[in-house]
Amino acid sequence: MLSLLKYLKPYWKPALLAPLLMLIEVITDLLQPTLMAVIIDQGIAQGNTALIIKTGSAMMAIAVLGFLGGMGCISTSSIASVNFSTDLRSAVYKKAQQFSFANLDKFETSSLITRLTNDIFQVQTVALMSMRILVRAPLLCIGGLIMAIRINAKLASIFGVAIPMLVISIILIVKKGFPLFKIVQQKLDKVNGVMRENLTGVRVVKAFVRADFEKARFNTVNDDLRGATIRVSRLMIRVMPLMMLIMNLSIVAVIWFGGIQVVQGTIQVGQIMAFINYMMLILFSLLMVAFVLVMFSRAKASVDRINEVLETEVDIVDARDASDEPIATGSIVFDNVSFKYKGGCGDPVLKNISFTANLGETVAILGGTGSGKSTLVNLIPRLYDVTAGRILVDGRDVRTMKLKALRERISVVLQESILFSGSIKENILLGKEDATEQEIVEAAKAAQAHDFIKRFKEGYETQLGQRGVNVSGGQKQRLAIARALIKKPAILILDDSTSAVDLGTEYRIQKALKEMMKNTTCIMIAQRISTVLNADKILVLEDGKIVGQGTHEVLLSSNPIYQDICRSQLGEEGLIHVQ
Amino acid sequence: MSNNHSGKSQAGQGGFGGRGGHRGRFMPGAKAKDSKVTLKRLWKYLSDKKNTLALILTLVVFSVAFILTGPLLIGRAIDQYIIPKDFQGLMFIVLMMAGVYIFGALFTWLQSYLTIGVAQETVKEIRKDLFEKLQTLPLSYFDSHSHGDMMSRLTNDVENISQNLNTSMTQIFSSVITLAGTIVMMFYLSPILTLLTLTIIPVMFFCTGRIARRTRKLFTEQQKMLGQLNGFIEETISGQKVVKIFCREEENAAEFEDSNRGLKGIAIRAQIFSGIIPPLMNALNNIGFVIVASIGGYLAIKQIITVGVIASFINYTRQFARPLNELANQFNMIQSALAGAERVFEVLDEKSEPADARDALVLEKVVGSVRFDDVSFSYKKDTVVLKDIHFDVNPGQTVALVGPTGSGKTTIINLLTRFYDIDQGVIYIDGQDIRNVKRDRLRSLLGIVLQDTYLFSESVRENIRYGRLNATDEEVESAAKLAYADQFIHRLPQGYDTVVTEEGGNLSQGQRQLLAIARAILANPAILILDEATSNVDTRTEYHIQEAMRVLMKDRTSFVIAHRLSTIKDADMILVINGGEIIESGTHEALLKQKGFYDNLYNNQFRRQGLS
Repeated sequence: MLSLLKYLKPYWKPALLAPLLMLIEVITDLLQPTLMAVIIDQGIAQGNTALIIKTGSAMMAIAVLGFLGGMGCISTSSIASVNFSTDLRSAVYKKAQQFSFANLDKFETSSLITRLTNDIFQVQTVALMSMRILVRAPLLCIGGLIMAIRINAKLASIFGVAIPMLVISIILIVKKGFPLFKIVQQKLDKVNGVMRENLTGVRVVKAFVRADFEKARFNTVNDDLRGATIRVSRLMIRVMPLMMLIMNLSIVAVIWFGGIQVVQGTIQVGQIMAFINYMMLILFSLLMVAFVLVMFSRAKASVDRINEVLETEVDIVDARDASDEPIATGSIVFDNVSFKYKGGCGDPVLKNISFTANLGETVAILGGTGSGKSTLVNLIPRLYDVTAGRILVDGRDVRTMKLKALRERISVVLQESILFSGSIKENILLGKEDATEQEIVEAAKAAQAHDFIKRFKEGYETQLGQRGVNVSGGQKQRLAIARALIKKPAILILDDSTSAVDLGTEYRIQKALKEMMKNTTCIMIAQRISTVLNADKILVLEDGKIVGQGTHEVLLSSNPIYQDICRSQLGEEGLIHVQ
Repeated sequence: MSNNHSGKSQAGQGGFGGRGGHRGRFMPGAKAKDSKVTLKRLWKYLSDKKNTLALILTLVVFSVAFILTGPLLIGRAIDQYIIPKDFQGLMFIVLMMAGVYIFGALFTWLQSYLTIGVAQETVKEIRKDLFEKLQTLPLSYFDSHSHGDMMSRLTNDVENISQNLNTSMTQIFSSVITLAGTIVMMFYLSPILTLLTLTIIPVMFFCTGRIARRTRKLFTEQQKMLGQLNGFIEETISGQKVVKIFCREEENAAEFEDSNRGLKGIAIRAQIFSGIIPPLMNALNNIGFVIVASIGGYLAIKQIITVGVIASFINYTRQFARPLNELANQFNMIQSALAGAERVFEVLDEKSEPADARDALVLEKVVGSVRFDDVSFSYKKDTVVLKDIHFDVNPGQTVALVGPTGSGKTTIINLLTRFYDIDQGVIYIDGQDIRNVKRDRLRSLLGIVLQDTYLFSESVRENIRYGRLNATDEEVESAAKLAYADQFIHRLPQGYDTVVTEEGGNLSQGQRQLLAIARAILANPAILILDEATSNVDTRTEYHIQEAMRVLMKDRTSFVIAHRLSTIKDADMILVINGGEIIESGTHEALLKQKGFYDNLYNNQFRRQGLS
């Protein structure tokens, strides 16, 4: 937790001032009961009205002073903690921006988002709380004890019983409660799981007429959840009455033993009343400490998760002497490349890959899931770094180029097309910020997106929802392609980017690409034979190795694996047609 | 401690704005549109627990009464026994106080204990009703509502109700009587001192009211900015790979910095304003204390009241601020519970699938002839999806549905399964209008294998068994063998007992399809509906899938949304659909001879350029 303190350092003045101001509030709070005892034991007993007025005014002044202290603490602690969390959030976000693909793979997206949102908010709250309550509660507790002992040390021995009782019972309950909370969470996850399954799998449930089965399944988990929730809640509700009881019984004890002492003349009535007030302050503040500790333990997890992000080493950065020079032609050479995911066990994903893609050529990659196709193309823009061998673009090792220079002229269309909220136009412009209207339309036309965009009421100004929820999968893919094309890249990488597009459209896209990308080297991953037929070169990948390389005709006549794929997609007859 | 109102997510207002925020008492929160109606409906769930509720309320009254007696006894002890030094009497009253406090605690505990039972039972019933409702909703509902929103209603909103019912239900009641009881006790002890002490209350209301209003505004603003910022984070982080590819890291960081700074200004002010309340209350408390001590002291000198009354008073004033504070809090919690409940009830009010007619048929044995008789359908008014679809299928035939995306192939299947009901025309199975057949029976006659296979987070075995719940393990395994799934299942870490992770993440798409086929084999339907996968399946698995489908389709009436040339060629009948109409039909050869749409499609898509 201390590791995050450096983000608080620039704000050390308010951060230090806050507890000091809180100290003022605490001291004034502690003075009140003693002054009250003065009123009762001296003022009333001696009938001294003047003393009462004097003491009363003093109490009033002290109350106001305490309020000012409290306000000061609130302001300074707010300033410190919000500034702290703002800087922390920026730091984490910036760090995440630097992350390579490998780093991103390590953290799941949703977890990374939670860290940036939830976790930071948690930490901010705790920082704020610790500058307030965490200072206030112990100070109040210790101060109260001192004041109580000063009044009557013998009576104060009651604390010797009350405090341990309170602490032990709270610890016991919390200790018993924590595992139960975990169980509740698990049961809740189960209930939500069944709910989610029935939502997403509704077609299956309906198709197999399994409503009753699902209801029974749900009732079981629902009952479980109710049981677990009741169990933990019933445990936790013991805290409040128990602590009230301990406090009240302590008061009773004070009255009893105090009463005896009054008889003996060692204490006065007003002091007993003051003592009772201190007792309430002390026990309440103990409870507050417990509350803060629980919060702390929760925040600990958040802090750890934030630290994990901040401490991650970004594994792909510019070399110190990296060149700024942009890609000129876009020829690609894979020279005996092997690749293994960091921390991944077993065999390398890619083994001794060597091939060449010349300027303007189209290279298609074919292979089963898990054969390493996506990994292979991701190596070109250095989204991952090779484990062995090298990749040359323009005859230069990609690791000797600045990332920006390298990626500037490479367009990648990922398997999953990710769009951002904003207009269609803005999404396409992501590829090239200063593109003209004409360039946008041109790119959209080539990607076969222009027609459907025009059909929208607002055309290119149509607003997309988050991640483009309001367009279909095929439309998303086409927009993603348009976004890649507008860059006029030297190298275009398509990672199965037309899978959701129907065959006719796919054909037209390819035709357009061919015209538009004469000077572009194109690497294309595909599943369908029909997609790869016209490539200048087809690589057949299996288990991370190239098992066939050549044009369609060559492979069809000589490569058994390629023949297999053709047969399964086109059927025996189709195969004959193709030949 | 027990009322944990720290960070439960706010009624699913999308995104992380709600989730990240702590819902303090100033949170604008969601408000129910019509609290009265919602409250009434919520009451319906509670009304059959009336007796327990009555018992709880009685217990609350008793516990409050006991706890309020305490300070009174303190004053009495001081006045009547300590000051006169009456030892015996002191012992008696001390024991009495102990008794009162013990009973007070016991009753408090007992009422919370019962409340939790009632609250959780209620929540369980709401969940159950929701889930059962879910089972009866028509498919159109699921298609037209976002799953995120649904999920948030089913989980966050119900959880919200649960949290708040647990604590707020009786606490409001208890706060009110504590408040009333305290005032009564104080008046009983000394009307003058009471009136003087109570002067703080208007001041308190005035100050907190003003601050709260200001704070609420600031919080709304903060929440809005936080929501935007979190939205930005969510979007850019989930699209991080694209951000990298297009080298937008610096621009994003700059944009982020801007919103983050903007948020900071508001957040500091919101924190300060919301933070004022505790020290303010503390100060007002202290002022009350001063009033009681000094004016009480003055009155004591004048012998209008006794020292014991001051002692009791000090205790009461301390007790007074707490319920007042809590009331505002609980009121907000109830509000947010109601907002959640309202969203839940909205789901319960949705229209269910119409019930089967009373004389609906149970088709016992079905040979599998299907006939579409001039069927028309539209999802939305004015946009016709299917127009006058007419065709006949004989038992055992295979029908391939072919056509561009969006032409209406899937809709035909949605109608056959009665996921949607037709607007015009009739669909017959074995000569019976399917609307006269029990819906459940109809669906169990049909076996559906969807392209996007859905698996449950259960074992592989249970997922296959979903096809026929009473199937034995042997039957499950032999179905898997027929589906060519047995082999890969054996290679899984725990074989048939391997648990499928959420939505089948640990299986490849092809493997999932094989499981779906095994499921359909086990179900042994009279009529089969297949949506062929288009992509993402590796070669070997692809081969197996085709073999498995062949097994499945043998001697069964089958509808296939076809993407593979081989399936299409083997079909007994090809229906070429375009723009919601059947434009051509016949066998592969016959259609090629027509030199029409199919011929064009075939040459362009299936054989592709430059082949022949």
